[in-house]
Amino acid sequence: MTIADISRRGLLKGTALLLGTTALSRIALAQDVPAGGRLIVAADSEPKNLNPAIVASNGVFFIASKVIEPLAEASYEGSDGLAPRLATSWEGSADGLSVTFKLRDNATWHDGKPFTSADVAFSALNVWKPLQNLGRLVFANLQAVDTPDDHTAIFRFSKPTPFQLIRNALPAVTSVVPKHIFEGTDIAKNPANNTLVGTGPFKFAEYKPGEYYRLTRNENYWQKGEPKLNEIVYRVLPDRESAGAALEAEEIHLAAFSAVPLADLDRISKVDGIKVISKGYEALTYQLVVEINHRRKELSDLRVRQAIAHAIDKKFVVDTIFLGYATESTGPVPKNSKEFYTADVANYNFDVKAANELLDQGGYTKGSDGNRFQLKLRPAPYFNETRQFGDYLRQALAAVGIDAVIVNADAAAHQKAVYTDHDFDIAVGPPVFRGDPAISTTILVQSGTPDGVPFSNQGGYVSAELDKIIAQAAVTVDTAARTDLYYKFQQLVVAELPLINVAEWGFITVARDTVLNVSDNPRWAVSNWGDTALQS
Amino acid sequence: MKRALLLLRRRIISSIPVLLIVVIFTFFLLESASGDAVDAYLGSIGGGDAALIKSLRESYGLDQSVFSRLWLYLSSLVRLDLGWSVAFNRPVRDLIAERLPNTLLLMGSATALSFGLGSALGIVAGAKPGSLRDRLLSIGSLIIYAIPSFWLGLVLSILFSVKLRWLPIAGIETIASGKSGLSQVLDIAEHLVLPVGALAFIYLALFLRVMRSGMAEAWKLDFVLFARAKGLSRSRIVLRHVARNALLPLVTMLGLQSAAMLGGSVVIESVFAIPGFGRLAQEAVNGRDAPLLMGIIVTSAVLVICVNFVVDLVYAALDPRIGASEGRA
Repeated sequence: MTIADISRRGLLKGTALLLGTTALSRIALAQDVPAGGRLIVAADSEPKNLNPAIVASNGVFFIASKVIEPLAEASYEGSDGLAPRLATSWEGSADGLSVTFKLRDNATWHDGKPFTSADVAFSALNVWKPLQNLGRLVFANLQAVDTPDDHTAIFRFSKPTPFQLIRNALPAVTSVVPKHIFEGTDIAKNPANNTLVGTGPFKFAEYKPGEYYRLTRNENYWQKGEPKLNEIVYRVLPDRESAGAALEAEEIHLAAFSAVPLADLDRISKVDGIKVISKGYEALTYQLVVEINHRRKELSDLRVRQAIAHAIDKKFVVDTIFLGYATESTGPVPKNSKEFYTADVANYNFDVKAANELLDQGGYTKGSDGNRFQLKLRPAPYFNETRQFGDYLRQALAAVGIDAVIVNADAAAHQKAVYTDHDFDIAVGPPVFRGDPAISTTILVQSGTPDGVPFSNQGGYVSAELDKIIAQAAVTVDTAARTDLYYKFQQLVVAELPLINVAEWGFITVARDTVLNVSDNPRWAVSNWGDTALQS
Repeated sequence: MKRALLLLRRRIISSIPVLLIVVIFTFFLLESASGDAVDAYLGSIGGGDAALIKSLRESYGLDQSVFSRLWLYLSSLVRLDLGWSVAFNRPVRDLIAERLPNTLLLMGSATALSFGLGSALGIVAGAKPGSLRDRLLSIGSLIIYAIPSFWLGLVLSILFSVKLRWLPIAGIETIASGKSGLSQVLDIAEHLVLPVGALAFIYLALFLRVMRSGMAEAWKLDFVLFARAKGLSRSRIVLRHVARNALLPLVTMLGLQSAAMLGGSVVIESVFAIPGFGRLAQEAVNGRDAPLLMGIIVTSAVLVICVNFVVDLVYAALDPRIGASEGRA
């Protein structure tokens, strides 16, 4: 099953007024499952700042999302692909200058204080906008948050801000933190960043560095009947091989984010009592991308970029490197983003002959060694698959007479080499699609980003036309018109190839059969796990 | 006793320049690696904009020059302050205090086991060099020595934890178990069986080989011939005369090996998820965390200096000639 098949995210809708009705059916289902128990899951990293309001990253959310909640969470059934959390409804004004949130009136913080609109206003203005890695962009024009009563928050923007963008960003950028704990302190250094206080189904109990995090059930959770579990323990297992073994030995119940390597999945899926689940990551799609340094003379030639696109066998990449757990890409927006994706783009089928012809036309003749020119190839070290694709790309390019020399480096060195020093010709990167192209996709091709900003266009590509479309979409309030601009964006990117999208993938969860209600939303691993249960 | 104190004082004085060189060298080594702590951090959180990156660099002190950072670190080190870890956002001292006991326990047990078993088997092999028993032990130890430790660790855990379910698969103790006293000690011991076994198994070969070759040499010496001529029993010759003389290089090996094991445990600590020193060092390098890495190196250097000191004292006890020369100096 591919990611695209199972995504049931809501299709494009108009301005939304969302009520909590869709969540009710899920609760009824969830009540049949057993309560209690300690769920033990594998964790491969220990974030130094665990506050999701400041650091909006999957590593942080994995643990923190059970304690601190966003205004809304991604959902398969909900309209616009959202389910309410701390907000019960949201509505954007026609001029794009305000968004009104109705807030939950029965939520309390883990220390007993009531949750109110003041907390939302404080989080938005003092944390998301100035401090958060993604919020700084989404809320750049947020001017004020009005709180007419305890359960209404009205966000006011200085410039028109598309409601579509705010809505799509809600799950990732709106983790609400308690005002009474952070106000008047140096927020970035507050110890509560690591001993979280939230409104979520679980309370932060204990952290033993290098060993585990422990969360315990919140008896006063606003959602009656949740959480099901008594405890969640995140067991730190830095070695990937040992996560699979720990599952088999029943020392852990669940490993998310492909902690069990793809190569082991076939074997482990045959072990009794263990299930392999590829669902639940649809809103966390990673993209396999060939980043291109356009300062290099040959690569600034469109024919060369087209030749590279033709030289890559995407099907081989999906089948052999991702073992089928991925989808071939057609452009910069992944197929499972039903709201923005268009298939109406140029197509570069796998065709070595065409690639060679394009290179011949460009006058890049083969030398006596059969090579036309040499390129420095830097595969990002973050995933096994990015490194393996680097090896594949070297071979694929050799077939068209391009000699790619692989330079491997660890994360810090790769970051600096590609995004600050521009010391690469082509690089393999894994950017994330975060539900809306404006959050972290357009930056990959837009010009004008200063040196040193990671996961951005550092290849020196400049297209006035593309920049214009991106700038226009950033302020287009009308959802249909904005979506249309992103169709044009995709067409232009695929025609011009500032970078080459090869494949897109979600992660794999491996769990014991005793874990129930796994992967029931498109951001499951980083959602609150209120209905997750353990069969004894 | 007086001799030992004299030696100790001399060692402390001579180790200060060594430590200084180690610190400065480590600092520049890490400095020469591409990318800094902010690059490493941004990679882990999925990026940020230019202003955020600038403010991060300022708050980490990375906007200052290399020399002013080195000077700052050295001057705080003089006050015995190990500084602040940027990758963990905690004091380096706390991190080291937390991790060091685990590694010392792991390393100490593994060294003791490999030394004890290795030298015992070495005596068995060296009792009759060239015999079938000697050949088998020598070949066997070479094979064991050639096994990569991570592989051995994984195989042991698959066999004893996954298949047989006799031993816990990973960790230093049962997580959040609330155990204390004797049951906690037993729990930790149970968790250490596999990692200690994997580490000791590989280093065992070294001790075996050194013991065996030392004994093979000793057999050729005149005093052994004399002992045999005296009509001493074979076991007495082996233990009192041959083995004892082969012990000196073994003690040297022990000193060297305990230093090597500090580093060698990185792999075993990762495979068995033990929060120890080796893993901390690896995380410090990945995070380009200069204060933490230097804290680890300084602590390790102090440890190695201490171990060498103890080894020298043992030398003096084993061989009076060495002790006498140290005392005179």
